[in-house]
Amino acid sequence: MKHLFAPAMAIAWKDLYAEWKTKQTITTMLIFSGLVIVTFSFAFDPSNQAVSALVPGMIWVITIFSGILGLNRSFMQEKQNDHLHGLMVAPVDPSAIYLGKCMANLVFVLLVQLISVPLLFLLFDFHVITGVGLIYFVMIVFLGTFGFIAVGTLLAALATHSKSSEMLLPILLFPLVTPIVIAAVQATRIVLVDQEGVSAALSWMQLMAAYDVIFFVVGFLLFEHVLEV
Amino acid sequence: MTNDRDELTGMVPTKLHKVLLAIAVPMTLVAMYLVFIWTPVERMMGPVQKIFYFHVASAWNAFFAFFIVFVFSLLYLFTKKRAYDLIAGVSGEIGVIFTAIVLTTGPIWARSAWNTWWTWEPRLTTTLILLFMYIAYIMIRNLDMEWQKRARLAAVFGIIGFANVPIVYMSIRWWESNLHPVVMSEGESAGGGLEPSMLFTLIFSVFTLMLIYFILLQKGLYVEKLKLHVKKMKAKEQEKMIS
Repeated sequence: MKHLFAPAMAIAWKDLYAEWKTKQTITTMLIFSGLVIVTFSFAFDPSNQAVSALVPGMIWVITIFSGILGLNRSFMQEKQNDHLHGLMVAPVDPSAIYLGKCMANLVFVLLVQLISVPLLFLLFDFHVITGVGLIYFVMIVFLGTFGFIAVGTLLAALATHSKSSEMLLPILLFPLVTPIVIAAVQATRIVLVDQEGVSAALSWMQLMAAYDVIFFVVGFLLFEHVLEV
Repeated sequence: MTNDRDELTGMVPTKLHKVLLAIAVPMTLVAMYLVFIWTPVERMMGPVQKIFYFHVASAWNAFFAFFIVFVFSLLYLFTKKRAYDLIAGVSGEIGVIFTAIVLTTGPIWARSAWNTWWTWEPRLTTTLILLFMYIAYIMIRNLDMEWQKRARLAAVFGIIGFANVPIVYMSIRWWESNLHPVVMSEGESAGGGLEPSMLFTLIFSVFTLMLIYFILLQKGLYVEKLKLHVKKMKAKEQEKMIS
């Protein structure tokens, strides 16, 4: 286990530390999610009461659009000075690279959500959730984001080999994450809008957890083929 | 001269291919006869129902083609043989064509059967996502890089794409049943209680299209191999011109 986690932590730490120094990716993702919220306010009148039913969907649109930006950067930055090659030939299990990149990307997206979701609630004047609902909400956000990142990291690594990876990644990623988008939006809607059906939210969360496990394992196993020289 | 002949193996149609082609032509004609003349006209839907044979047969073969992509992607990752990669690629392309047929014939039929072009029903939505997914697969195959790398990336995507299909279907079905339960099951049960002659025609057209699938697969392989050959010859010519 140690030969897997130590390099993974090192890679995740490297990414996070580099980000801490430059703050490039996070800033872009935050500004972008803010812009998406503003666009939503034009598209759906925030003063209209019916619009609150759309908020769960908006959370995930923000997550996925800003997440794509982060995922694109995640491996593109390794292309500079041929770092990607260094990672490939490094004497570590390729799965450790996947694990490390997953952790770093997950932290980025969760940080962005930590700011953009409250902002969305604030700007759309959405009621504050408390107690059990909040715990559920946090769990749903985590499960959904994790699934998105697990697939996204694998495909981002795949897309970096292309010259136009920014264009390729969304096309590869969106069809594959449909289950997680459906489940996450439905579960969020249940928790935020009609709190009675929490048991229904639980079954959606089970679906998300199953998806997370399947695609994390698949990514873990197939990552070496994506990064092979 | 004999050397040239040897080089062309796998690029010129084999006997098997010619035989398959010879079987396919009468079989298609028979299928047409069965579909348009032999089977009775459906009482409720009228002649529009005839599209059903093409629709279901293409859907079945599209799934089959994607299954072949999955199998040969796995085989490629284990053995790294170029032939497997080519088969997976050609199969993916044919699968996209079949899916496109499904998605064009479906609305035509649905318009008269359900009085709507499209509903967000699990099967329909899954098919649409399938189309997008395998278009992405073809895009990966068209990336500009060495073939080993491209084949590996495509194989990885072929595997996770296929693994995703059941999950997509399940999640959409769940989502649907939450909103408005049991929408299309009537249309389905009508399909289940088929007239024997219609069922026979359906099975016959499925097999006819499957034969066409195999012929297209072989043709695609010939084309791919010829492309490789042309590339090789071009490189040789270039070398000659430089030296």
